[in-house]
Amino acid sequence: MNTPAAKNQNNYVLRTVEERGVRFIQLWFTDILGTPKSFSITPAELEDALEEGMTFDGSSIDGFSRVQESDVSALPDPKTFQILPFQKGNSELARIFCDIYNLDGTPFEGCPRHVLKRTLTKAHDLNYNFFASPELEYFYFANQDPTKPPKPLDNGSYFELTVADLSSDLRKRTVLALEEIGIPVEYAQHEDAPSQHEIDLRYTDALTMADTIMTVRLVIKEVAHENGVFASFMPKPLEGVQGSGMHTHFSLFQDDKNIFHDQNADKYLSETARYFIAGLLYHAHEITAITNQWVNSYKRLVSGYEAPIHISWAHNNRSALVRVPVIKETHPESTRIEYRAPDPACNPYLCFAVILAAGLDGIKNNIELPQETTYNLFELNGKELLKAGIRPLPLTLEAALAEMEKSELVAATLGDHVFEWFLRNKYDEWNQYSRHVTNYELTRYLPTL
Amino acid sequence: MNTFLCFPETISADLEKVLSELGYEFQKISDLQAINVLEPRDGWFGAIIDTCVNEQKAIDICRELRNRDTKIAPVILIVQGGLIARLDTLNDLFDEFIAQDAQFQEIKFRIRSSVKKFGRDIQSPIISYGPLALNTETYQAIVGGRHLDLTFMEYELLRFLASNPGKVFTRDTLLTRVWGYEYFGGARTVDVHIRRLRAKLGEEHAGLIETVRSVGYRFGRIHW
Repeated sequence: MNTPAAKNQNNYVLRTVEERGVRFIQLWFTDILGTPKSFSITPAELEDALEEGMTFDGSSIDGFSRVQESDVSALPDPKTFQILPFQKGNSELARIFCDIYNLDGTPFEGCPRHVLKRTLTKAHDLNYNFFASPELEYFYFANQDPTKPPKPLDNGSYFELTVADLSSDLRKRTVLALEEIGIPVEYAQHEDAPSQHEIDLRYTDALTMADTIMTVRLVIKEVAHENGVFASFMPKPLEGVQGSGMHTHFSLFQDDKNIFHDQNADKYLSETARYFIAGLLYHAHEITAITNQWVNSYKRLVSGYEAPIHISWAHNNRSALVRVPVIKETHPESTRIEYRAPDPACNPYLCFAVILAAGLDGIKNNIELPQETTYNLFELNGKELLKAGIRPLPLTLEAALAEMEKSELVAATLGDHVFEWFLRNKYDEWNQYSRHVTNYELTRYLPTL
Repeated sequence: MNTFLCFPETISADLEKVLSELGYEFQKISDLQAINVLEPRDGWFGAIIDTCVNEQKAIDICRELRNRDTKIAPVILIVQGGLIARLDTLNDLFDEFIAQDAQFQEIKFRIRSSVKKFGRDIQSPIISYGPLALNTETYQAIVGGRHLDLTFMEYELLRFLASNPGKVFTRDTLLTRVWGYEYFGGARTVDVHIRRLRAKLGEEHAGLIETVRSVGYRFGRIHW
């Protein structure tokens, strides 16, 4: 940590805090499920924190250490220092992302940022840089009371132009707040469902993007809160309308060349890209528990709502799991693939890590890409799908966990600590859910049985 | 501040003493890569290249220093007998030379006078261009009277660009000059940061950084 570059970065942070009168610095990190965690320190503590990290009791965080070895250290990554567009009292507020270390200085195995960094390093060793560009969907609701059904703010739909529409106004304010902290937004629009919105982010390297998603989720919620409403990334909050996904576009670069692009290939899709997609399809059922980690995630992955339910790929078929947008010949750098399973309530670090690992495995083992699916998968029945060799994605969290449990790829990518804790925690969630007597059962069975 | 680049890593006790008496810092380097990797944030103040140990490598380093987008001067050579006779063939690569057996006072005099002749003045900490001002001591940036809340790399990129207005830089040059160390993003990182900078500059000032198609980026206008 004493290279000249690191010293300059630390100086930059310290001077900026002083010059701008920042009174609190939030140290940010995430637990295994992608819940943002933070504690605030004062400028006086900052210098030591940058040099040595801040020690805290890891057993207080879900999925971190066991009690007997509980202390871990949060080491700020000075490159991520950013003054936030919200003030605390009258002084500026800043945040900085942390990596979690054991007290002996080794990376802490429960830290999702390490999991992604480790996978990115593997790609980097092959001279690959992995880029991600997500489309975050979410809902605005009038209330946050979980005992009442959520109430949308409007009845607008896709691209609808309405006047005096609070939720569209909120979205605009959110986009401005994001631009202010250097998060360029590609598109922002009203989505299909009432009160549902989408914000598409310009691509960055996957680590920066995972950090960015954590920031964006917070900014969206914060702007909503400031205006007395509530924003939710729950995958399927309303029955009967589309859920919220996080379709994400990925590409691999070697230096400044997009290696998913090949001028001479069919639709410019390179052999490397084909292997990458094949790897993703091959491992899709194993990584679904990570990309869709909640009981509720699987209520989104049902037929009829433009959410993928079958393991397939296509150029222009929105029922496919992997979509490869057809690009213009003049934009070779924009060749990319879109993975349509993830939802915005995933842990972005783990989500990007398993997707990259699956793709790299496809490249490493030259996995052959199956035929493109050009027909609408939602219209096929089980027998027809079986005949076409198309497997379904897991239908429930439990099924996804069972697939993940068997996956050597996911175990190796997450590391033992995260892998085991995740399975234990998620099976618990499933068990609780299974015991729950739902409204559906009461209204349907009680009167007749 | 005021850091001389010294090659090779072994420098004489006399030279070390001269530099410290004149109030200069120095950073020893052993190869070409180190020119960028170890460059202090305010740039090299000058260079002292000893040609006696590895003449070819020393000359390569001089050439590299001359080829950079931002010139380093003075470049002072330390030479011995054989090379002195051939110095004419290299005269575009250095500003001053000192014989290897020179005495303490001579070394001191020559370094001081060549800094006077070729060196830059002590730089103002403010870099300004149109509506933009950067203070390199406090790391603050202001555009149109408004504070920019930049990350470290955004600040460094803007500082480098604003120090060289009108000049076109390729992505690779920016990556080696501004980042200079391993980064997960590779050359595309530059584009990502330029976009972030433009977003923060706001619509009105985003045009300060221009994309030069299929080359790279330029800050500000060309005036000639």
